[in-house]
Amino acid sequence: MTLLATERIKLFTTRSPWWSTVLALGVTVGLATMVGLTHDGPRPLTLTQTQFGTQFGLMVILVMAALAVTTEYRFATIRATFQAIPNRTAALLAKTTVVALLATVLGEIAAFGSWAAAKITATNTDLALTTADDWRRVAGTGLVYGIAAVMAVAVGILVRQSAGAISVLLIWVMLVENLVGLIPRVGADIQEWLPFIAVQRFLGNPGPDAVLGPWASLAYFAGVTAVLLVAALGSAAKRDA
Amino acid sequence: MSLVAAERIKLFSTRSPWWCALVAIALPIGFAALLASQGGDEVPLTVGTTQAANGLGRAVIMVMAALAITTEYRFGTIRSTFQATPNRVSALLAKTAVVTTLAAVIGELVAFGSWAVCRWIKPEADLALDTADDWRSVAGVGLVFALTAVLALGVGILVRQTAGAVALLLVYSQLVEGLVTLIPRIGDDIHQWLPFFAADQFIGNDASGQPPRDLPLSPWGYLAYFAVIAVAVLAVAIITANRRDA
Amino acid sequence: MIEATGLTKHYGRTVAVDHLSFTVEAGRVTGFLGPNGAGKSTTMRMVLGLDRPTSGDVRIDGKHYRDLKLPLTTVGALLDAKWVHPNRSARAHLRWLAKATKLPRKRVDEVLDLVGLGSVANKNAGGFSLGMSQRLGIAAALLGDPKVLLFDEPVNGLDPEGILWIRRFMHRLAAEGRTVFVSSHLLSEMAQTAQDLVVIGRGKLIYQGTVSDFVENATENTVLVRSPELTRLADLLRADGVQVVEDGDSIRVANLASSAIGELAAAHRIVLHELNPQLGSLEEAFIQLTGESVEYHAHDKEPTA
Repeated sequence: MTLLATERIKLFTTRSPWWSTVLALGVTVGLATMVGLTHDGPRPLTLTQTQFGTQFGLMVILVMAALAVTTEYRFATIRATFQAIPNRTAALLAKTTVVALLATVLGEIAAFGSWAAAKITATNTDLALTTADDWRRVAGTGLVYGIAAVMAVAVGILVRQSAGAISVLLIWVMLVENLVGLIPRVGADIQEWLPFIAVQRFLGNPGPDAVLGPWASLAYFAGVTAVLLVAALGSAAKRDA
Repeated sequence: MSLVAAERIKLFSTRSPWWCALVAIALPIGFAALLASQGGDEVPLTVGTTQAANGLGRAVIMVMAALAITTEYRFGTIRSTFQATPNRVSALLAKTAVVTTLAAVIGELVAFGSWAVCRWIKPEADLALDTADDWRSVAGVGLVFALTAVLALGVGILVRQTAGAVALLLVYSQLVEGLVTLIPRIGDDIHQWLPFFAADQFIGNDASGQPPRDLPLSPWGYLAYFAVIAVAVLAVAIITANRRDA
Repeated sequence: MIEATGLTKHYGRTVAVDHLSFTVEAGRVTGFLGPNGAGKSTTMRMVLGLDRPTSGDVRIDGKHYRDLKLPLTTVGALLDAKWVHPNRSARAHLRWLAKATKLPRKRVDEVLDLVGLGSVANKNAGGFSLGMSQRLGIAAALLGDPKVLLFDEPVNGLDPEGILWIRRFMHRLAAEGRTVFVSSHLLSEMAQTAQDLVVIGRGKLIYQGTVSDFVENATENTVLVRSPELTRLADLLRADGVQVVEDGDSIRVANLASSAIGELAAAHRIVLHELNPQLGSLEEAFIQLTGESVEYHAHDKEPTA
């Protein structure tokens, strides 16, 4: 518990989690509000449409989580951390937990905030959360943000450089995973197994012929993240701080 | 010219531009090779599809250009720069010239490299550069990369922080512009005036597969539009840098 | 010559430099003294055109820094030795500065040898110790062979060997007839190097003049007197309204020249065994002057009478 408290203090005494929160929530809910305000026409607003902005929030979470660890390397506070807590795995796991918890909370606020904003501003819609699938697609955002934060922390530990870690994460998520689909024949099959495509299945409505169901997709995403985190913790324990 | 030479030494005497250049060239060409080698006969390979992955290179160029200026702020060398050249406008324009030239060269290497590797893998495909449009969509990549570098430098000067500038540039160009289209009714109208959409229209590589829409500008018009935005951002940035404390 | 008139810098509500006017004479070493946080670095950054004064003006030989042509050939400065890219070699760092100043490439190797970094010129500056970084910073300052040199706390954090090296270097620069403006929060350091002093506290000018005048004016002068007729002498002095402190077999007389005490004793035929003017230390003088303007006070001083 002390470790968690330490990391919590460390995270919230810098500015980056605060502007991340403002950006992640502001833009996400803002976009949903715009969608709600501008929506008209015969077809009612869908749940999917209210959640468009959560994609943006996900990027903010990736950046915030990566920075939480790379700034420690940049300002060499990582040495102070490892001096105070020589068990590096415990120290880094505490950090991961705090960042993941914050990300989860932000995800839930962003998702339900977006849903509520669209529901209030749009006419001609009910947007009731009736089925289990509906609930998954809104409440699931928190889980995705939480796991994504863990992945970003892992990449941050491995790369140790802010610019490098952010570039790798963002270019991978926004460009590489999409471009893979363009490769003829094999591309689409490979794409099914990419982690953030799995996230899209979890937050969407995958058809019955999808390679994995929604919850299995989330488990797969968590699995990939766990492998990265183990690799990161292993390398941090071995190398010089 | 001595300022340009100084900036050239500065850029090439650290490792990150070399790494960025390597990745910016290797990734898209590698991708183009995959596209060509995996493609069957059902989808014909065109000049346009050889350029499908140059966006990867452009993203890395953004990172490189942003780093070129933000690392100066991070390590305090910007003060040495302004001490040696108190005319900040000249100093920053010299840097822009060097970074932009490098970006243009990388852009041409990416474009012609991707095109050549596809030709080499698929000699039977019709990849001859016959029309002016073909030339624009290949040779034009260098121009787009160069202007992207101008824009990224502008953002870097304004933000001064590596992480912030890189995140802002990547998330805006790769995600925000796309999200705008999802706003009902007005989304598409806004989208066709956004800078990176404009840049894509110039190269003529529309990966979305949607039928062409009635667009307000011609490809060259879009390039000019993108250039105006990039230069405007840089101008605001340089004026800001000139006013504030280094 | 550096001339500041009414130099003022605000950061938001904080006033870092407050209507500061001073001159740094050509061909002399001028120490720039003040406690930490007094505004020395801010002033130096304004001299170099890096920070814009909120009001007031500072000129070098009558010109604003921004109007100097190839400024590194007029003014060299070392403000912070860590202002180098860690992954750039020492030589490359100087090469781009030389290019921007239109200096020949061989000048880079000259200054590297001058500061003794010739053997590590191709090593990345990020791996340098503080002493080596300081030498690289001095090499950069000397690159354009400037007449005016600015150094901000050049000995801060250095080991004794490094301090000695810097001190000798300053002497050498002064001997070459250059104008040197060097800041420090240590007066003793300045006493070894500087001829003139500019002293500031909380951004305001406290003193400008020579080091010796500073010591004379700022220290409380006392005279130590020993005599077989100590009590009689003390009473005579007290009768004249002079402050006398008894100190074992001697007395300390405040604010009266030793000559006056001697004449008084002679007039009353008192034998003197010792008549010894005591000069206050520079440090005492400095603290006395800047005491009220130290930004972050430790409240442990006794109130002065």
